[in-house]
Amino acid sequence: MSERKTQERDMHFRLVDMGYLAMIILPLLAAILLQIFTELPTGGEGLSITGARVFAEIPMPLMPLLITEAMVNSWLIIITIVGVCLYLTHGLTVKGGGIRQIAAEWVVTKVDGIIRDNMEPVFHAGYAPFIMTILAISACSSLMSLVGLFPPTADVNIIAGWSILVFALITKNKLKAGIGSYAKGFLEPIPVMLPMNILSEVATPVSMTFRHFGNVLSGTVIAALVAWALAGLSNLVLGWLPGFLGDIPFLQVGIPAILSVYFDIFSGCIQAYIFAMLTMLNISGAYPGDDVLAERAARKQRKAKLAQ
Amino acid sequence: MEAIAIAIILGCCALGAGICMGIGAVGPGIGEGHAVANACEAIGRQPEAKGSVTSTMIMGCAISETTGIYALVIAILLIFVAPITMVNTLKNTLGL
Repeated sequence: MSERKTQERDMHFRLVDMGYLAMIILPLLAAILLQIFTELPTGGEGLSITGARVFAEIPMPLMPLLITEAMVNSWLIIITIVGVCLYLTHGLTVKGGGIRQIAAEWVVTKVDGIIRDNMEPVFHAGYAPFIMTILAISACSSLMSLVGLFPPTADVNIIAGWSILVFALITKNKLKAGIGSYAKGFLEPIPVMLPMNILSEVATPVSMTFRHFGNVLSGTVIAALVAWALAGLSNLVLGWLPGFLGDIPFLQVGIPAILSVYFDIFSGCIQAYIFAMLTMLNISGAYPGDDVLAERAARKQRKAKLAQ
Repeated sequence: MEAIAIAIILGCCALGAGICMGIGAVGPGIGEGHAVANACEAIGRQPEAKGSVTSTMIMGCAISETTGIYALVIAILLIFVAPITMVNTLKNTLGL
């Protein structure tokens, strides 16, 4: 009786596992199929570098909302990351389970360590999930180009969205000192600096956006240029082969892969790390400091007492 | 007449992209070289700090690369985006 119950539970556990694995793999397959079915025929010779393809247009009051390839790919990446999280944390035990639990614990410990090293103590508890989300989605988006998909990070709008999120968090932390002192911060050290200060405030998200976007874009452009040049070269060298053999770009095999190791794997991961690092440093730098907040609370209390 | 104007636009876009990339790459090159040289010196003086020095160096290199990346973005815009919009503007102003 109890053995059958254990067996049933085991079966149930396996089924849920299969569901999570499907959640990891199916979005990637869907992205590849979408890529195959919607790819436009490239127009003969010549090099063309285009942005993300537009799948649909939704009419909106100001301007039409475009559903682009980058958006769809980033939604699929989100589903995959959620699947990985669910798979790794399925069946946690106190004693310490298998490889899955060790991997999940390793990730959590690492992120906690990075945050402890780089942020003020007040942020240690709440910001680990946000930083890990940024790190994971940025790295996975860049690694998407390994399987020939359009990486969402090669579209400036996606990264601008993340940067605006970070900017909102920075402003929220600056506003903790009160609106008055936030506005006064723009007039320092002398009031003449007001335009410069506003500019430097806006420059933070813009520079974060273009740093990440430019790095991924340079990889994409250089890979396209090299592939195009290799196709021309192999046409020149091996064009005398009879029949369809002359049309196969033999030189394109292998050489772009070496570039891809640098531009897709190394550069993508480094950029994800740097984006997360800058997020941490900027948010942490926006915190006014414990003494300022304590002073403000004391002032408020005094005012409340006077009012009584 | 219009052909000459369009040719000037295309040529200036290509020239501008080249100059932008060429001058923009000097600063980050010097800066990153400086950073790596100092990191090598630091590792030579204190080999046990190699890990933290290397990670800090990569971080610093990527940040000092930013201006070069801006130049690259401008150059790519000049090559792939600017000619089309400029030629369209020209045609609109000439009323073609």
